[in-house]
Amino acid sequence: MDKFRMIFQFFQSNQESFMNGICGIMALASTQMYSAFDFNCPCLPHYNLAYGLGILLVPPFILFLLGFVLNNNISMLAEEWRRPRGRRGKDAAVLRYMFCSMAQRAMIAPAVWVSVTLLDGKCITCAFCTSVPLQTLGNASHPPLSQGEVQRVLARIPCKEIYNGQQLVANEVAVRYLRCISQALGWCFVLLMTTLAFLVRSLRPCFSQAAFLKSRYWSHYIDIERKLFDETCAEHARSFAKVCIQQFFEGMSTDLVAARCHLPRKAPADAGEAAEKLLGITDQGTMNLALKSWHRCKPPLHLHPPALPTGNGWAGEGQPPRHPSAPRKETAAYYSWV
Amino acid sequence: MDRFRMIFQYFQSNSESVMNGICGLLALASVKMYTSLDFSCPCLPQYNMAYGLGVMFVPPIILFLCGLILNRQSLVMLEEWRRPAGHRKKDLAVIRYMCSSIMQRAMVAPVVWIIVTLLDGKCLICAFSGSMDPQKFVGFANVSTEQVQQLLAKVPCKDDELVRNNASRKAVSRYLRCCSQALGWSILLILIIAAFLARWLRPCFNQATLLQARHWSNYIDIEQKIFEETCCEHSRLFAHKCILHFFESMQQEIKLHSFSLPREGDGAEGEEDLLQGITDQDQVNNLLKTWYYEKPPLDVSQAHQR
Repeated sequence: MDKFRMIFQFFQSNQESFMNGICGIMALASTQMYSAFDFNCPCLPHYNLAYGLGILLVPPFILFLLGFVLNNNISMLAEEWRRPRGRRGKDAAVLRYMFCSMAQRAMIAPAVWVSVTLLDGKCITCAFCTSVPLQTLGNASHPPLSQGEVQRVLARIPCKEIYNGQQLVANEVAVRYLRCISQALGWCFVLLMTTLAFLVRSLRPCFSQAAFLKSRYWSHYIDIERKLFDETCAEHARSFAKVCIQQFFEGMSTDLVAARCHLPRKAPADAGEAAEKLLGITDQGTMNLALKSWHRCKPPLHLHPPALPTGNGWAGEGQPPRHPSAPRKETAAYYSWV
Repeated sequence: MDRFRMIFQYFQSNSESVMNGICGLLALASVKMYTSLDFSCPCLPQYNMAYGLGVMFVPPIILFLCGLILNRQSLVMLEEWRRPAGHRKKDLAVIRYMCSSIMQRAMVAPVVWIIVTLLDGKCLICAFSGSMDPQKFVGFANVSTEQVQQLLAKVPCKDDELVRNNASRKAVSRYLRCCSQALGWSILLILIIAAFLARWLRPCFNQATLLQARHWSNYIDIEQKIFEETCCEHSRLFAHKCILHFFESMQQEIKLHSFSLPREGDGAEGEEDLLQGITDQDQVNNLLKTWYYEKPPLDVSQAHQR
């Protein structure tokens, strides 16, 4: 458990490490998804190509979009892009930096899927089995067949159990050929991706290093500012709620005291903290009334400055400002005992 | 648990250790990749050589580039190489030292791949079965030229019907595997002897220069890490000040526009301070709207002057 917490804390500490962690998890998930996926070639002339290419190209697209969705920074990018100018200028370089770094991370899982698919070979075997070169691979002695027949026979190459074209072209020969082509494509794809990544990473310090440092700083700044603003708002909301609820209880106890028309009990000097916290509500009926009132008629989102010292429900000194007095009066009239 | 944390901290503390760790991981990954790769030789005359040599040499290039990409120090070295001189001179010996240490670490995984490939033998059998001299093998000696090319190309495929129980196929296969393994072991031996000599003889030449170069390359690395951490810390403080400044300016605006009586008796509540004078749903909504429509300028100098 501790181990997980430590790893988790390490990734959380640095925003970029966290994103790299998500990126790695998605790459692993894509290999796991591929190995768990039950590949079933249809072995029919026109369906093979659609199925094979579909399995090769559609999941990477989904993984790419998922990479954007799982990235927290996408909403930050959208916000920064669409906000009105106000008193702060917008820097297009920062937006470009944020978009590029997100796109790079989102590309990794799709690239892993395509590489694994090509290196495994099943997709290409399924998709292109009807295009096998019969002159080089086929047996010389076979009865001449029509084009459609040949296509139907070749389409069954991936399905060994139902393959009936052994005289036309041996199954193993065709499968080996297609798998060799597929693996060659796969290795070329991986080499191309790696070379691109290497070039992108190594050419950057040679050009615009200062602009890069600036963009990186301000994109971190925007992220931190947003988080701090959310924290500050949460603290403010907490204080707001505390004062609002306190004033609600005070208001309740004041109204009840006024409605009962008996002398307000002055809290004894040595009441202690517990009595203060009771806010003047000291019996079951009053408490039930307070709870019902909280549910049926929540107080307005408007705090008035404290005219009363806390502790007892004595509506004595000080003038409450005009604004809150009207709703309070209504509340008192609705719930009075009279 | 403690042990794990200690190992983790040890690797993190020293950037050289981190790089050694990455290097080791890449080497393990290359072995795992080779074992999980489904090697299937095409067994066709022109394709064998291309496939065999491709599988032997293309993944090492990929692993080498990965080793360069994953190594943080390569970026540091490039930046140091391309930066303007400014107030600090550039020391080419440091750059050379960093370059050579990066290259050495990046070469480990490709070499591991090539050696594993050679010791396993499948690649070489696939690539060179078509180039064998058929006269040396009894089963292929008296066959016509195209036939023999076809048969030799099918040697790597044990289950092919043409060569399934052919004794000469097994002979060719054994011969090629023996050559492959001999080559693999020889390369391994030469590399280990070279590494041993390099490490042993290095103190005899230029030890002082080496110590200087190593010290300053560590320094450059640490300096860059600390700069990034300081920038993060600074942007956090900057954001904090900016937001406080924003809340205070909102509070001032509210005071200007509202005519409420000043508060009497600032009795107990610390909560009131936290509320910053924003005590109303409309005021909160206004604050949030202003935050979106008019973000404050990136200038906290006035906050300082107050």
